[in-house]
Amino acid sequence: MNKKIKGRVWRFGDNIDTDQIIPAKYLVTGDPKELGKHAFENVRPGFYKEARVGDVIVAGRNFGCGSSREHAPRALMGVGIACVVAESFARIFYRNSINIGLPVVECVVEAEDGEVVEIDFEGGLIRNQVTGKEYGFHSLPEFLLKLIDSGGLIAYVRKQLKK
Amino acid sequence: MSTISEKILAEKSGKKNVEAGEIVEAEVDYVMLNDVTGLPAFEVFEEFQTKPKKEKIVLIPDHYVPNKDVASAEQAKAMRVFAEKYGIKNYFEIGKGGVCHQLMIEEGFVTPGRLIIGADSHTCSYGALGAFATGVGSTEAAAVMATGRLWFKVPETQKYTIEGKLGKYVMGKDIILTIIGDIGVDGALYKTMEFYGTAISSLPLSDRITIANMAIEAGGKAGIIPADEKVFDYLNGRVKGTYKAVYSDPDAAYSEKLEYNAEEIVPTVAKPFLPENTAPASELGSIEIDQAYLGSCTNGRIEDLRMAAEILKGKRIKEGVRMIVVPASKAVFEQAMEEGLLKVFMDADAYVAGPTCGACLGGYMGVLAKGEVCVSSTNRNFVGRMGDKESKVYLASPAVVAASALTGRITDPNELR
Repeated sequence: MNKKIKGRVWRFGDNIDTDQIIPAKYLVTGDPKELGKHAFENVRPGFYKEARVGDVIVAGRNFGCGSSREHAPRALMGVGIACVVAESFARIFYRNSINIGLPVVECVVEAEDGEVVEIDFEGGLIRNQVTGKEYGFHSLPEFLLKLIDSGGLIAYVRKQLKK
Repeated sequence: MSTISEKILAEKSGKKNVEAGEIVEAEVDYVMLNDVTGLPAFEVFEEFQTKPKKEKIVLIPDHYVPNKDVASAEQAKAMRVFAEKYGIKNYFEIGKGGVCHQLMIEEGFVTPGRLIIGADSHTCSYGALGAFATGVGSTEAAAVMATGRLWFKVPETQKYTIEGKLGKYVMGKDIILTIIGDIGVDGALYKTMEFYGTAISSLPLSDRITIANMAIEAGGKAGIIPADEKVFDYLNGRVKGTYKAVYSDPDAAYSEKLEYNAEEIVPTVAKPFLPENTAPASELGSIEIDQAYLGSCTNGRIEDLRMAAEILKGKRIKEGVRMIVVPASKAVFEQAMEEGLLKVFMDADAYVAGPTCGACLGGYMGVLAKGEVCVSSTNRNFVGRMGDKESKVYLASPAVVAASALTGRITDPNELR
């Protein structure tokens, strides 16, 4: 994981559910690139075409609510989303993202579509380049940092199996 | 001084006590996967190059089986092949199984005190029997198949007490929709919901499962109802292994305590596009429907079918409306057949189908066209959940679904008495 990233914002509201992120009819593959083609298809037509690698999602409360489908964070990764910042996350989406290596940050950020934000993961700071406003966030618990440091859950499990 | 969640997670992580907020690595009793979440998990599992903890694994194809198309056939096949390759006994082919959560309970995998995870968000259903059960993603399910263990953040717990006697046609669904309407779809985020009170203890297991099932619709990590004689009786003769019931201490620390009067709870409906968007069914009589759907892990049990049949018996579904009835498992289907319920549905012109999750998530077997409206006994009414993005889903109890099928508009069954 890069310690600092900078990305163009896609703004979403509260309670963005997993059916919006990836409609269930496409759950016939686990491939992030394939899934990405249908990300937000019903609610933001054109998202797949317009989104660029390195873009950031900034959302309100309870992002990723609904299904346990890992296809949701996989679809966002497939599009090239570099980080999801939300006021709060639905817990399964949050775990899934960490486990597959999609950075997620719990933070209230004011940013509109197309604005650029800088995210400093170590310093726990997000800066909106357009408005100049800064927003602090708490870094992850130690165990989760250890999990991410060892390369996500898959690498962590591999290490456990070797013991 | 501990909650049920704290006690189960302490026991399973080999600790004397754990507290909310702590992260533990715990031994999982069972990991369940379905045909949609299975394939990505199997791919991850193969990367581990190890043997699975096969006695802990339960594989249940239910989302897109019988296969809806070639791609879903490949997914279902991947599960079948995985089960064969590793000799996993607990694989339930269509014709033997049904909707995963109903089956997990029927087959005796779920007991009080167990720690169960499933690669499906409605795994929280098992809390109705006093288990700690929660949904996870495919990668995590793969990790548990390999190691038998997983990390958990010990959740805070909210205490819900519902006292009093429920009115006629008021079901578990109405209790949980009322609560979600009150606290919102993130009102229990990251937390366990524990349910108490005379209204809960008087409910049959079926309605309790509905309540625990929808804890996730409030953002909950688990929904737990302390086990009682009804649970012990149900498990008698079907339980796999032994178990020990776990209860909260009288001085357990709760993050919130909420109380409800059962007499004030009415047949309730969640309007599009969130389960928190609730209103009494009696206030929605002007909403005309195209489809009424009875089934799913939320409300596809025999008690749900009996309730609907009681309302439909000797009557016909409104012209221009279609009704679909999908018993949640083979056992439910058989029981409904023996009791003559299927005949009641068919005489009313309802379409009766074998178990599948299909329509609940807009897969097949009841997908909605543009602009269509469905009153449904399922759990989610998000944009496009059951079909076209301009279709609408109203969530309701089996009683409201049946009554609405008769009138062609959303109907409180008390109106028909």
